[in-house]
Amino acid sequence: MNQKLRPIHCIIFIMLQVVINLFYVNLARAEQIRIRMATTTSTENSGLLNELFPPFEKMFSVKVDVIAVGTGKALKLGENGDVDVVFVHARKAEDNFVEEGFGVNRRDVMYNDFVIVGPEDDPAFIRGNDGVEALTKIFYNKSFFVSRGDESGTHKKEKELWKIKDIEPEGKWYLETGQGMGATLQLADEKQAYTLIDRGTYIAYKGKVNLVILCEGDKRLFNPYGIIAVNPKRHPHTNYIHAMALIGWVTSPEGQEIIGDFKKGGKVLFHPNAYE
Amino acid sequence: MNYMLEALVNAVKMIVGFNPELLSIVSVSLKVSFISTTLAAIVGVPLGFSIAIRDFWGKRGIIILLNTLLALPTVVVGLFIYSLISRSGPIGRIGLLYTPAAMVAGQFILALPIVTALTVSAIQGMDKRIRKTALTLGANNLQTVSILISERKFAIFSAIIAGFGRVFAEVGVSMMLGGNIKGYTRNITTAIAFEAGKGEFSLGLALGIILLSIALSINILVSYFQKKTV
Repeated sequence: MNQKLRPIHCIIFIMLQVVINLFYVNLARAEQIRIRMATTTSTENSGLLNELFPPFEKMFSVKVDVIAVGTGKALKLGENGDVDVVFVHARKAEDNFVEEGFGVNRRDVMYNDFVIVGPEDDPAFIRGNDGVEALTKIFYNKSFFVSRGDESGTHKKEKELWKIKDIEPEGKWYLETGQGMGATLQLADEKQAYTLIDRGTYIAYKGKVNLVILCEGDKRLFNPYGIIAVNPKRHPHTNYIHAMALIGWVTSPEGQEIIGDFKKGGKVLFHPNAYE
Repeated sequence: MNYMLEALVNAVKMIVGFNPELLSIVSVSLKVSFISTTLAAIVGVPLGFSIAIRDFWGKRGIIILLNTLLALPTVVVGLFIYSLISRSGPIGRIGLLYTPAAMVAGQFILALPIVTALTVSAIQGMDKRIRKTALTLGANNLQTVSILISERKFAIFSAIIAGFGRVFAEVGVSMMLGGNIKGYTRNITTAIAFEAGKGEFSLGLALGIILLSIALSINILVSYFQKKTV
């Protein structure tokens, strides 16, 4: 009887060994200093962070853990103290975040702009440089419009634009995805719909979608990115020192240069503006 | 069709080239799922065992409950644990959110009902006389249990593998509790979701192919063990 049991004992033994080893490995890793940053899908998807952070990680021997979510969720993570620093794009929400004492030391980092993309044949005739006018035309024409619908920076900007003309976007033509910018753009492409998108993500997806830029150049489509440390008074466990070091790095001349030099398909995605 | 071909080429390239990012992704997947399944087995097998061989009031209800929990949605488990371990949650102080340990916790809860329920049916499915015979021949409780285990070891092992399959392939818990952090909590399924979101379909599919091949090799390994022990 005992002989019959042996193989199973062997397997259990091996599994236990594996577990013990893995825990050991995990513990060893935990000693490395990590800082946690919540950011938007647009910065992560563009690939910028893979250029911007490695020199910093080397200089300070830390590891930056990037959690890519919409701006709304990113700020929420900061509010709850689940991250050390947030890197987002929704100026009003950022100011509220600082005013309410959740974040400190907000700095401008970079900007790009939003554009409205849509099908080449432009059924609602929105071509031009007036973002609000373009959305109004889409509304009256009941052309398909895809919204992020997720309280992200892009969604907040979109709601801001609708509000200027007091339009309540609703109906079969208005599709809310609740997904990231990339997934939303792809959905818009499949549906041949209009959507509001930051130029960086659009450039990053060029060649993968058929939608073209129809409306750009409106001052109201400005898209600034800011970085904020989570308030250490409120959440003493956060890694404030390294969060500030990271803020220092992305706003340093070196960090700003990396941002300005970052290109996709020969085009600049983000313009550094920490010193403007 | 184009994507498919590209995906296959990509998958082969990544495996052959020992892409370091791929290695990290696969090892996170394997580590987390191995640990969570092992823990689920340590708890679930004895639990299923005692439910199966004992008669008690409410037994049917517990089995129905277990079978219902097989359909536990991953995002519900993710959300539940998230609300516990977020810094603003009741056990937020230990800072578990967005770590591999948090993923293990979520996957453990997913795997536990599977391992338990399948162990219950494995033990219940066997001839009742085996236990009685063992007892009449003077076996003590521990000996009886080991006889039962050795009789049904394949079925129990299948239960554990089924649990592993579930957690290895799930994405909800890993995404919500792990956060898809590159080189730390990014596993195969969250990487697929991420690549798909970026529009890199072929890379995502390549990862899918790798996931399936790993699952296949594990199952081949298991069936080899089973054959050997017959």
